[in-house]
Amino acid sequence: MHDMSIAELALGLRAKTFSSRELTEHFLARIGRFNPDLNALITVTGESALVSADAADKQLKNGLAHDLCGIPLLHKDIFCTRGTRTSCASKMLHNFIPPYDATVVENLAQTGMVMLGKTNMDEFAMGSSNETSFYGAVKNPWDTAKVPGGSSGGSAAAVAARLSPAATATDTGGSIRQPAALCGVSGIKPTYGRVSRWGMIAFASSLDQGGPIAKTAQDCALLLGAMAGFDSRDSTSVDRPVPNYHASLNDSIQGLKIGIPREYFSSGLDGRVAKAVQDSLTILRELGAELVDISLPNSHLSVPAYYVIAPAEASANLARFDGVRYGYRCENPKDLEDLYCRSRSEGFGEEVKRRILIGTYCLSAGYYDAYYRKAQQARALIRQDFTQAFDKVDVVMGPTCPTPAFRFGAKGDDPVAMYLEDIYTIATNLAGLPGMSIPCGLVDGTPVGLQLIGNYFAEAQMLNVAHQLQQVTPWHALQPEGLI
Amino acid sequence: MPWETVIGLEIHVQLATESKIFSGAGTRFGSAPNSQACAIDLAMPGTLPVLNRQAVDYALMFGLAIDADLPETSVFERKNYFYPDLPKGYQTTQLEKPIVGAGNIPINLPDGTLKNVRIHHAHLEEDAGKSLHEGSFNAAYSGIDLNRAGTPLIEIVTEPDLSNATEAVVFAKKLHGIVTSLGICDGHMAEGSMRFDVNISVRPRGSETLGTRTETKNLNSFKFMEEAIALEVNRQIDVLEDGGVITQETRLYNGDTKVARSMRSKEEANDYRYFPCPDLLPVTITKAHLQKLRLSLPELPDARAERLQQQFGIAAQEAEIFAYNPALSDYFEVAAKACNDALLAAHWTTGEVVRRLKTASLELHDSPVSAAQLSTLLKRVGDQTISGKIAKQVFEAMWLGEGDADQIISERGFKQVSDSSALEKIVGEVLAKNPEMVRDYVGTEESRRKKKLGGFMGQIMQASRGQANPQQVNRILVEKLNEAIHSASG
Repeated sequence: MHDMSIAELALGLRAKTFSSRELTEHFLARIGRFNPDLNALITVTGESALVSADAADKQLKNGLAHDLCGIPLLHKDIFCTRGTRTSCASKMLHNFIPPYDATVVENLAQTGMVMLGKTNMDEFAMGSSNETSFYGAVKNPWDTAKVPGGSSGGSAAAVAARLSPAATATDTGGSIRQPAALCGVSGIKPTYGRVSRWGMIAFASSLDQGGPIAKTAQDCALLLGAMAGFDSRDSTSVDRPVPNYHASLNDSIQGLKIGIPREYFSSGLDGRVAKAVQDSLTILRELGAELVDISLPNSHLSVPAYYVIAPAEASANLARFDGVRYGYRCENPKDLEDLYCRSRSEGFGEEVKRRILIGTYCLSAGYYDAYYRKAQQARALIRQDFTQAFDKVDVVMGPTCPTPAFRFGAKGDDPVAMYLEDIYTIATNLAGLPGMSIPCGLVDGTPVGLQLIGNYFAEAQMLNVAHQLQQVTPWHALQPEGLI
Repeated sequence: MPWETVIGLEIHVQLATESKIFSGAGTRFGSAPNSQACAIDLAMPGTLPVLNRQAVDYALMFGLAIDADLPETSVFERKNYFYPDLPKGYQTTQLEKPIVGAGNIPINLPDGTLKNVRIHHAHLEEDAGKSLHEGSFNAAYSGIDLNRAGTPLIEIVTEPDLSNATEAVVFAKKLHGIVTSLGICDGHMAEGSMRFDVNISVRPRGSETLGTRTETKNLNSFKFMEEAIALEVNRQIDVLEDGGVITQETRLYNGDTKVARSMRSKEEANDYRYFPCPDLLPVTITKAHLQKLRLSLPELPDARAERLQQQFGIAAQEAEIFAYNPALSDYFEVAAKACNDALLAAHWTTGEVVRRLKTASLELHDSPVSAAQLSTLLKRVGDQTISGKIAKQVFEAMWLGEGDADQIISERGFKQVSDSSALEKIVGEVLAKNPEMVRDYVGTEESRRKKKLGGFMGQIMQASRGQANPQQVNRILVEKLNEAIHSASG
């Protein structure tokens, strides 16, 4: 069952080949077997999952169920789940049980999907290797000595290891796409504003966006359709109808213009990754697409701009974790300042503290213009690069990350090397554009990803292109050995 | 050396919206701690702000009322600092692009001159909560009440155009009148609905450069503001005359002890690290929306003063009192129309009613005597059932809840004696008792006799225990004295 796509599982549920309860028990059993080693989940909600599964089975029996009804699902531990601990993989929220659901959680629960648990991640989504989690790193199911990527490493690893057919994730600078690439699964970060951020614990509000991780583009289409939509509780949510992403999956891509930014194939890109990406592009050309050489001349500004804007916003977003109302509080504070200092020093990990410090510095009197304002100007240039590109092409493609999965600790001492992991993914967040990663090959036995960048609200087209490619390539169907 | 004072004000005005500026929680004053706070006000993880449309409209109405520049776009920013009553660790406010730009508020000074006070800008922001240091919790802890957290405010910032405490108070009262007339603020100063920060500096008269200023924060009554300014101006002059220098600092004035103290100096000030709030989109205001608001604006103080003078014929001073106090003005208008004597109603409203409210420290809406009740009392004065003097006693009884005017008048036998025969008898008795006075009156030149009537009137009113109808007494008295003149000459 765990090899089947969501569409296949949905058919199986309707044909009564298996019930949602059986499906749920099957995946819970896999979690029980493989998670202790992989560490992809922080919390398993087995009991409530079975209750949901029984409810889904009833709905399915009534015949009025949503396509996703009864399908198991994991939520990244950044989405608030009412009554279930939501930690953001931080000691700070180790004891935090939200009294509300995130909109994403609510939307997916409404379809009848069954939550199996909460996935591990980099602390507060700050990291590209999952090594910053308070609950320990997630292992890459393809090679447990290597990182799964981050920050949604738990979601990507869980889907890759077939612990769940689907998982939610978030992406601030590549946190859906990079782990999807490193774990050989498909993931899409929609246009900023497409998916509500209500109940999604903020890292960098102007960049954060939720999206799904699943085995295939088709599964992503089904999931995104249910996650997306206007939400009056999020002022940055866009009031625009959600298309039927599934309906356009089989559209022809004849004549599709694919922009290949030369900046994404320059130095720093592993030659074997480049080859895998080129092979996919060649196949797309054979399917009728036209490859167009383009330039995104301000690409080099992405990482520096991002590492000013994201930490600046984070420094304010994380100020609420002060030990006063909820979350971690230090023992025996001697006064208010001591309460603040020790609760935050003890409750946050190194990377989170580093980014709070960077952000605080960038916004300080006398530095604001040199850093924050400059970064916003760079952001406008990056956005303009893409606007100009999309005058000429329909979709932009390149590698998701410069290298395949690396070993634990390989970049631990060098934050900047780690930050460069997201060199190809960050620009889309800065521009607010949708980005997607699908597997496109194996290098050294671990997967690498092809990135698709679409125009604003062009998710349907991206999913269509990815699906067409997956019809003629095997990469999405490969799975790590030893997890049968 | 003669000194000159320069004052600028920053005024926090709580907007009278049903819900908070970024959440759906209520804003009722005096509720149980934390009963007016939701997950957003508590800054729970993952919660997001949604701007209250009414708060925006109220700010724009203020802008329209003072004829301010109203930019098409305004932006919310985060002002970062840690404090237990600030749950998010930042206040959402406006800095570079406030919702209301430069405007003007002209004020009438006591000497009759008109002075223009320039408004630098007004911006929208959220209020903070309150720390509680005593309550029904472990005494080793401090409590936090987030009921006020997220209450919408406009902060109005003036140019340093005011030159003394009197001007500052005149301005503050006018501003109070404007925001209460607009209905955007309940104006309850004691509940913190309007709070004044006063920036004060002094300089040698004629000097062009401004002296170092101090800011005295959070004054919530006109009286405290007046006292605090006087105190601070004197302090600064004393320091300078002793050869000292003024330190830029924030000060607090205690209205009970009449003492001010330094709260923090400039060096201790926070670096607030303002930046645009990414959770809120820039606010865009269309011309059409502004026009709609402009047409819906209620009557403003200056217009009201003019109308009241024309419609009711009341004096400029009374009209001005009403102009700045729309609730009192409405009270007056109800009473005036009901009793059909506007001058009497204006006299009583600005006199007796205001005086009693003040002594009892009550707001008008808590007045035990309603406008309608006052009007029945005034009718009895108008139809001469009782005299003005007796009316004050009746009003006093009404205030104490002893009944309505007619009831009190009849129960206490306050009814004015208008029975001619009874009055003639009293007048006759008083004249008979005072033959000297009558002779004196008769002997006085005709043009000056009128002045002599007062002596008789006093005695007659006393004899009737105040209940004699004064006009009637006057008529009878003059008649009888004329008879005495005729009999003397005849």
